Amino acid sequence: MSSTRTTPPSPAGTGRSVRRPGDRVFAGTAKGAGILILVILAGVAAFLVVEAVPALTAPAEDIPGDRGLAGYIAPLVFGTLLAAVIALLVATPLAVAIALFIAYYAPRRMAQGLGYLVDLLAAIPSIVYGFWGIFWLAPKLVPFYEWLERRLGFIPLFAGPASTTGRTMLTAGLVLAVMILPIVSAISREVFLQVPSLHREAALALGATRWEMIRMAVLPYGRSGVIGGSMLGLGRALGETMAVAIVLSVSGGITFNLISSGNPSTIAANIALEFPESSGIDINTLIASGLALFVITLAVNMLARAIVNRRADFSGAN
Amino acid sequence: MSQISTASVATGGSAPSGPRRSERTGRLPNWALWACFAGAAVVVGALWPVFDLNIALFVLYTVVLGTLAVYLLTRTTEGSRRATDRLVTCLVVSAFGLAMVPLVSLVWEVVSRGAARLDGEFFSSSLVGIVGEGGGAYHAIMGTLIITALTTLISVPIGLMTAIFLVEYARGRLKRAITFMVDVMTGIPSIVAGLFAYALFAIFLGPGIRLGIMGAIALSVLMIPVVVRSAEEVLKLVPNELREASYALGVPKWRTIVKVVIPTAIAGLGTGVTLAIARVVGETAPLLITLGITNATNVNAFDSRMATLPVYAYYQLTQPGVPPQFATDRAWTAALVLIILVMGLNVVARFISRFFAPKSGR
Amino acid sequence: MKLSTTSRAVVLSAALAGTLALTACGAANEEAAGGGGGGEETGSSTELSGALDGAGASSQQAAMQGWTAGYSSVQPGVTVNYDPVGSGGGREQFIAGGTDFAGSDAALDEEELTAAQERCAGGEVFELPNYISPIAVVYNLDGVEELNLSSEVVAGIFDQKITNWNDPAIAADNPDATLPDLAITPVNRSDESGTTENFTEYLAAAAAEAWTYEPDGNWPVAGGEAAQGTSGVVSAVGGGNGTIGYADLSQAGDLGVANIGVGEEFVTPTPEAAAAVVENSERLEGRGEYDFAIELARDTAESGSYPIVLVSYHVGCVTYDEQETADLVADFMGYVISEEGQQAAAEAAGSAPISDTLREQAQTAVDAITAG
Repeated sequence: MSSTRTTPPSPAGTGRSVRRPGDRVFAGTAKGAGILILVILAGVAAFLVVEAVPALTAPAEDIPGDRGLAGYIAPLVFGTLLAAVIALLVATPLAVAIALFIAYYAPRRMAQGLGYLVDLLAAIPSIVYGFWGIFWLAPKLVPFYEWLERRLGFIPLFAGPASTTGRTMLTAGLVLAVMILPIVSAISREVFLQVPSLHREAALALGATRWEMIRMAVLPYGRSGVIGGSMLGLGRALGETMAVAIVLSVSGGITFNLISSGNPSTIAANIALEFPESSGIDINTLIASGLALFVITLAVNMLARAIVNRRADFSGAN
Repeated sequence: MSQISTASVATGGSAPSGPRRSERTGRLPNWALWACFAGAAVVVGALWPVFDLNIALFVLYTVVLGTLAVYLLTRTTEGSRRATDRLVTCLVVSAFGLAMVPLVSLVWEVVSRGAARLDGEFFSSSLVGIVGEGGGAYHAIMGTLIITALTTLISVPIGLMTAIFLVEYARGRLKRAITFMVDVMTGIPSIVAGLFAYALFAIFLGPGIRLGIMGAIALSVLMIPVVVRSAEEVLKLVPNELREASYALGVPKWRTIVKVVIPTAIAGLGTGVTLAIARVVGETAPLLITLGITNATNVNAFDSRMATLPVYAYYQLTQPGVPPQFATDRAWTAALVLIILVMGLNVVARFISRFFAPKSGR
Repeated sequence: MKLSTTSRAVVLSAALAGTLALTACGAANEEAAGGGGGGEETGSSTELSGALDGAGASSQQAAMQGWTAGYSSVQPGVTVNYDPVGSGGGREQFIAGGTDFAGSDAALDEEELTAAQERCAGGEVFELPNYISPIAVVYNLDGVEELNLSSEVVAGIFDQKITNWNDPAIAADNPDATLPDLAITPVNRSDESGTTENFTEYLAAAAAEAWTYEPDGNWPVAGGEAAQGTSGVVSAVGGGNGTIGYADLSQAGDLGVANIGVGEEFVTPTPEAAAAVVENSERLEGRGEYDFAIELARDTAESGSYPIVLVSYHVGCVTYDEQETADLVADFMGYVISEEGQQAAAEAAGSAPISDTLREQAQTAVDAITAG
């Protein structure tokens, strides 16, 4: 903003010239900021690629695990996607419920406080979630996992043997779900609250129940917002580092078994766990895995944008 | 709200319903619904000894049974539409309750564990010369404040100007490119941002370098897209009529933006920026590899290592001394202070919304 | 716009004033330490000032906390920073010249040694085994107070070959204990670490038949329970039942600590037993005069030696570019190896104080540190 103060204020209302110096400076600064973002991103991408090249070209036996780069990264990609998908599947319905509750069910006064509380939770540092995960959540889930193994063990997801510490892929997914819950629900709530009151009142005036009003007026309007919010949450879950590193027991390759001790790691957690003691080609390998994560997030974002763009823009500026 | 809907439905409940049995127009008294849940609780409670329940299962069965009872009761007295409505209400409320369990337990955990060391010493002393008991996080608090301020100083002008560019100026390819790149940037994993900042400075200043400003740059990479996104959304909501009215009076575009668009959106901008700050203030991974840690207070972001609250908490928890208790206490208190800080930021955001917003608003 | 400019200015300046008030007060404990430049000390020969930067192994972070705290009472004008980035990072940063000394769980390899000599103005490098910490095999098993494990059994358990606590192999080591019929959950470190490297080194040396993996900082066996950091392992072991893991003895807390078979007897891990094995180990040959890197005698059968130890080195230059740095490093290292310094580390981290023989060795290196 300070840059705008330095430009000479042009007297308002003295003609209709299109390009005034102030305009030119301001537009230039804005454009420069936009282009700077492109430069930063190009810098990040360039750094990732340059640092990943030695790992991409290295012979397979130099890569940790001796199975080549693809063999090293594949279980990590799998673990990353699995944890994030669990998180998304758990968090989205709950987040929508929270948003609906705050927007349409809770008493006004209470709703504001609840919204405030949920916003606050988005800001709790991820290591706190991590330690909450191992100290509180994981031990409480152990009996549940044992029950799953006993009763639903025929499903490969719950084949067991159930972990005795509860630090499993499912736990990691649940911790991630709790982490992204505030983000998804905050965005959903914003969108739900923006549903034009005319739509809602029209539905109610036609005799709809509250649920019918939500189903007919609120959800269709808010759908793209909910999807956008969950994609943002998915992005956060994909890139989450500390919480997963702390909670997940990582040992083993690709498995759909969600409740045992042997789980694939996630890319971000693996970087955090291995980076400090790594040197040489190991670092390049880790950065190559970071590049893979970058590409995955890129794909998710493209998908999200495509979904959101299918709906007309409600912007006032267009 | 609820009164409106019930009233309107009670009178207009006879929508054409085909061959189904026609809607019943009876009304259940409010206490009947609560009675359903109370009844469910009694039934489940009676079964407690038989099935060896615990408190979680008790609540779960009670809610399921109660919801079922409400649904059936409403269906027989008020018809299926009202019954579905009630069912969804029960589902939404119980889903909300379910979601609150982890969130509340999280807050409770941090507050109860962190309150032990929330004393004067924690805020007034650093870790220099501290072994075991005592000590504080003065240096880490200062570090977090400085790094966050620097990050905000870098991110907000860039982010805001980009948002203005996107909403007010950009057209065509460049706009699409920047919008897309901002999306991509939102997805940058925080540790990658840290690696980037580290590599950037390592090129110029040699490896092993640790500076406060590096952390601020790493955090800016994370914060800028959040600022752009939220600012863009808010600026888009400013009605075109205001802009057009301003142009019609001959006000130049940049003055229109500065004097009309931004003031109109200031509340949303403030909220967006504070939420963006809240998003980065607790980041650990990038700061771990750009700032390092120190025991002493360093307020110069351009010289050597700085401590910050998240990194401080991380190391106090993972590298405690003997006995671990004291360091663990400090770590939880650091987490609590971090949350209080964010809470303070939220208050500031509310304050901004209330005092800076023009009258109309929502 | 409802608010006038003045009232906004008031709001802003109030916020600013608040921030400044917070900034102004400074850390209470530091003022006392930093302001005491009046030369009241009696013990130290010269009074130094400046900052010393080190980085490296996180294993010695707690000990370093003790050293820096103790050292600040000897030399209040000196700030010692230690960044626990990890051994690899520490060595890298030291070689690159980013730090004045490194902490490392492993000695420099050939390549690093050459690079380090270059960094040290072509001079020599010192490596001092200043931090010795016993690694305990910790377990959580209801009703079992004392547990004896021979090296083969330890290897079998961590290789997931011995999977139940009532296995005859465990029972043979513990004739008096009543072992439950319970699955064993072995817990290992999920991050690359010096602790894992030392533990696998021990298994490979002492139980070569049962343990077929190469020593590595990354845990080689898949499928077990894995946790981050020593604290993670301790909380995972404590959180489960029938769990067993390896962690620094000082962090074992309430967990059971197994006695490890050495020769014919079972040795309880103690700092003394750990220091004993270090003293009886061979020095690595063919390195510099002041390079005291050792080859630990993992397969020792000597009575009273505990072979699972983590040794963390301090790595620095014998010749520094600047006199000030040389003085600081020499003085700080002198404090670290002193009885007082080792006691401070033992109190802060539960490490094993180095023996007098080691101290004399190290003192020669400290005395040799110069600038040039």
